[in-house]
Amino acid sequence: MLLSQYIFLFLSFVAIISALMLVLDKNPVHSVLYLIITFFAIAGHYLLLNAQFLAVVHIIVYAGAIMVLFLYVIMMLNLNKDIEPHKKNIPKVAAAVAAGLLLLSLTALVNGAEVNMLPAARNSNIGLMDNLGKTLFKEYMLPFEISSILFLSAMVGAVFLSKKEIH
Amino acid sequence: MEIFILYKAILVLVVFAISLGVAAYSTYGERKVAAFMQDRVGPDRAGPFGMLQPLADGLKMFMKEEIIPTVSNKFLFVLGPSLAMLTALMTGVVIPWGGDITIGNMVFPLQITDINIGILYIFGVVSFGVYGIMIGGWASNNKYSMLGALRASSQMISYEIAMGLAIVALVMTTGTLSLREIVTQQSGNWVNFIYQPLGCLIFIICAFAETNRAPFDLPECETELVGGYHTEYSSMKLGFYLFAEYINMFISSAIIMSLYFGGYNLPFQNYIAPYIDGNILSILQFGCFFTKVLFGIFFFMWIRWTIPRFRYDQLMNLGWKVLIPLAIFNILITGVLMYALGKV
Amino acid sequence: MKEVIIGIPIQWYIFLSIALFCIGVLGVLFRRNAIVIFMCIELMLNAVNLLMVAFSRYLGDTGGQVFVFFVMVVAAAEVSVGLAILMMIYRNTKSTDIDTLNRLKW
Repeated sequence: MLLSQYIFLFLSFVAIISALMLVLDKNPVHSVLYLIITFFAIAGHYLLLNAQFLAVVHIIVYAGAIMVLFLYVIMMLNLNKDIEPHKKNIPKVAAAVAAGLLLLSLTALVNGAEVNMLPAARNSNIGLMDNLGKTLFKEYMLPFEISSILFLSAMVGAVFLSKKEIH
Repeated sequence: MEIFILYKAILVLVVFAISLGVAAYSTYGERKVAAFMQDRVGPDRAGPFGMLQPLADGLKMFMKEEIIPTVSNKFLFVLGPSLAMLTALMTGVVIPWGGDITIGNMVFPLQITDINIGILYIFGVVSFGVYGIMIGGWASNNKYSMLGALRASSQMISYEIAMGLAIVALVMTTGTLSLREIVTQQSGNWVNFIYQPLGCLIFIICAFAETNRAPFDLPECETELVGGYHTEYSSMKLGFYLFAEYINMFISSAIIMSLYFGGYNLPFQNYIAPYIDGNILSILQFGCFFTKVLFGIFFFMWIRWTIPRFRYDQLMNLGWKVLIPLAIFNILITGVLMYALGKV
Repeated sequence: MKEVIIGIPIQWYIFLSIALFCIGVLGVLFRRNAIVIFMCIELMLNAVNLLMVAFSRYLGDTGGQVFVFFVMVVAAAEVSVGLAILMMIYRNTKSTDIDTLNRLKW
């Protein structure tokens, strides 16, 4: 086993366990914190893949902004009690079976496929910022601009939705 | 390899010790500055000029009874101040404290690590810093703590945007995200403040908001919220929150100085440098940087004891309706000027 | 340290993101709190992101990582609008339980 493999297994273990806890914990605030741990594990994977810029942006966007929004809303609605009513067992079992079957079929799909070992580390510098920037602003210029329009409309929509009703 | 690891370990320990020491003496400095502004004497009993006051305060913090509210989640209650302290200490890693020290034929830069996305790293850590306050405020199970935590989170998210936009304009002129390179570019050259006065102003205001310092200390304003997010905290856990605030002040002052005011460069360094040995120059640079940072901390205190606190809606209006449009305008102006001067 | 990636087969990343994606699906089906369901959707998006970065690294192509940016943009927009809608729902029903939303009007 190589060092990188040990790091991979550790990060994956952390990610999967905290993702499971996110689903199973009854308290929404704990779920948020578990999801943050998962995001950190995924950022660790990005670092392992030499995508440093993406790792930092991932932390800033997901852990720093999106999850703070979630935590903020949960705190503001005061959902910290376990208010979730007890669900019947049949839907729970059905959910678990459905997700398990999806896992099984996807795994079988990948397992059965003929996977050529891709040439590893063809160009290790693609995760660095200047390369990413060149691709983003040359090849993907139009999607970039469109996504900024998407952002603007989302911003307007969020402000409009959360405003008190105008009489 | 062993020397390399040893050198890094020593550097980490030194930065850690300096951060804690400066934070401890900032509390003393804060009280002295406040006393000076209000025409009082300030602490003068413990030791000469009250110099031992931080030690006495620390001892008091350790000796106090530790109270954990029974209804709160104990783990999260302890996690809150620990996270605040952790994120405060993590930022010092990428700050360049001085030039290179050469011993024999080995070169030791006075910076723990020079990652090429240093500014983004600082943003990542800062954006994570809000969790210490939010988790602590929530786990206290107290409405004042909760309100303080909500205020802190919305304030920090709002001001992060303006801060990021101010940095974008700076990055446009420097062309790099590495803090060391930004500092090196300013040696023997105009400091970045000359090129980015508006951006610098926005950045400083946002730094005040991010560190929860007056006039933006609404998350802990005692006239409205008792103690804000740390109402329920006592003994050293309270000390951690207060310490984290002072460390944040130290680090953000260091970042402001590195980004906009020349970092560790001496004034007129190009004329002095040829006559001085490299190692002595580095030590002088470290001293110069430290003086600048201490002045920055003094500036933070000066503002605190001069300007009254904002009201919450004023704070939000300033962030969203003034600073963000100004920062975008600053980016526009920078772009136009760079294009007109042929710097693109 | 630069070539640390050598030694991890691409299949490991595929299996990891499948696992994370399925946990996200499980959460969407399992929970009834709309906010937690939202978080599970974020988890599923992240599983896809991880796979995209892994493929981009293995193929030496920057496009995959640029796409992750767009996924992040969509996720951020989705969260801001979605949480605003949830706040409005909470104001009307005093609950974020999705089972209270089985009516077309109230």
